[in-house]
Amino acid sequence: MDENVLTVTDFRKAYGDFVAVSGVSFTVSRGEIFGLLGPNGAGKTTTLECLEGIRNGDGGQLNILGVDPSREPHKLNKLIGVQLQTSGLPADMTVDEAMKFFSAYHGVAPRYDLLDRLGLQEKRRTKYSQLSTGQQRRLALSLAVAHDPPVIILDEPTAGLDVATRTELHTLMQELRAQGRTIILATHDMAEAEKLADRVSILLRGKIVATGSPIELTATGSGFTKVSVRTEQSLLERNGASFPAVAKKSVLDDYTIYFSADPGPTVSAILDYLHTEGDKLIDLRVERPTLEERFLEITTPGDAQ
Amino acid sequence: MTAFITHLAFEFKTGLRNPTAMLMNYLFPLGFYAMMGLIMTQINPGFKDTLVPAMVVFAIMASNLLGLPNPLVDSREAGIYRSFKINGVPALSILSIPAMSTIFHALIVSAIIVLTAPIFDSSMPKNWLAFTLITLLSAATFGSIGMLIGVIATSGRSVVLYTQLIFLPSMLLGGMMLPIEILPEAFQPIAAIFPTTQAMQAYLGLAYGQETLLNPALCVGVLLASCILCFGLAIYLFSWDSRNQTRRGHPALALLALLPFVAAVILARLI
Repeated sequence: MDENVLTVTDFRKAYGDFVAVSGVSFTVSRGEIFGLLGPNGAGKTTTLECLEGIRNGDGGQLNILGVDPSREPHKLNKLIGVQLQTSGLPADMTVDEAMKFFSAYHGVAPRYDLLDRLGLQEKRRTKYSQLSTGQQRRLALSLAVAHDPPVIILDEPTAGLDVATRTELHTLMQELRAQGRTIILATHDMAEAEKLADRVSILLRGKIVATGSPIELTATGSGFTKVSVRTEQSLLERNGASFPAVAKKSVLDDYTIYFSADPGPTVSAILDYLHTEGDKLIDLRVERPTLEERFLEITTPGDAQ
Repeated sequence: MTAFITHLAFEFKTGLRNPTAMLMNYLFPLGFYAMMGLIMTQINPGFKDTLVPAMVVFAIMASNLLGLPNPLVDSREAGIYRSFKINGVPALSILSIPAMSTIFHALIVSAIIVLTAPIFDSSMPKNWLAFTLITLLSAATFGSIGMLIGVIATSGRSVVLYTQLIFLPSMLLGGMMLPIEILPEAFQPIAAIFPTTQAMQAYLGLAYGQETLLNPALCVGVLLASCILCFGLAIYLFSWDSRNQTRRGHPALALLALLPFVAAVILARLI
């Protein structure tokens, strides 16, 4: 994952007086899933639409495999596959016709197998206007990858999908990554980003406020690791025991929960205590802060960032 | 070429299976033709002399002005062109292929009118080659006008406004229902500004060998110039996305499409 296939450098885009994106820079390597996260209006879709050649930026540089989307948009369609957040197809176009239509413009054979794989086999003769939102999104994703582009841009690809379809899409994305495809994923779903993305950038009010792997981002936050312990005699709670690096404690059902800034010493001390007191451990869980918690920490006004 | 054929086949099928398109392409013009053939030829037997060209022009105008622009506007507003753009569908195809499909439908209706006109004892063209060429040119011209309206209109309501600015006066003054020769003299130059008048005068002069008020060869030139100008303006003013503020030109530039007709009025007065 060394070769950069996509570079955004000091990018800026304004709509009149409103600056949607400013000073945004990031790179994405071959075979990487890169998550673009941010609250509504943060500038994710604007950035993606400029990368897709739909809009032109006002400053900075965009580059996808040597192509500047604003100067050579005609060269983009072989390089990228795009699932837009808000897109449409002609209401009377059937699923099969859509696949045939766009494959013809890309100069490739239609990939009807993708339609079957994404659960559209029963809908291939159905008009676009008669598909559910989830089916329309699945069709859009099929069309985005049908011409086998090296870079795939997905804007909220799984919003509104059921669990089974979402899981199938996640598997497809992981397969595409394994084949060396690069995926830019804009999503509100933090669990999805945490599961799929190799790296993420968090956009806030048009600027990138954090970039890194999900583990790096969660590790750099001020969030505490949750250590939940259940024992036979509940001595931890009854004795009011205290342990190193614990900032606060709570009790839920039979569990005593410690919020630790440094879980290693905390867990060691808990195990030593139980051994010394002769209480038997039933369950011990260590949960690091989630990306969602870190995201909220960064994007919620008045918090750390 | 495969993409072009696939796109054209899809648009042609849409013209048959979409109820609104079916209405504007076939039911409305053929219904109107049947009504005019049954009633108007009884009220005014002289109408038999112009039934075929008048109804062909009507069919072409109905499908291209009432049927073509709305889907262009709706598609743009629904974000369909955004999907097309990122998948490499060129603007030229987006505009010209629906127009070509509409023109094909209009030509099918024209053929039905020509084949069934003897039922109404209608006069037939004396010069079939001229009739065919004027039909093709008229269809291309109205197709270009429909494209231009679809490009500059911002909503379905503005489509109705623009099309009715042409459609209604054309019905009254365009030589389809009444020969322009019997219009009051003051109205004749106004009539010459409508493409229907130019098409009717070209048909009557070149395909039927009748005396005409306007020079029929000049009418062909006006239609051709209008076709090229409207097509060029439609391509130039086309926007992929109404939310994207970047436009190559102000929609008011579409008024340039009137130039050939204004020139025709001036020339008609000079000659």
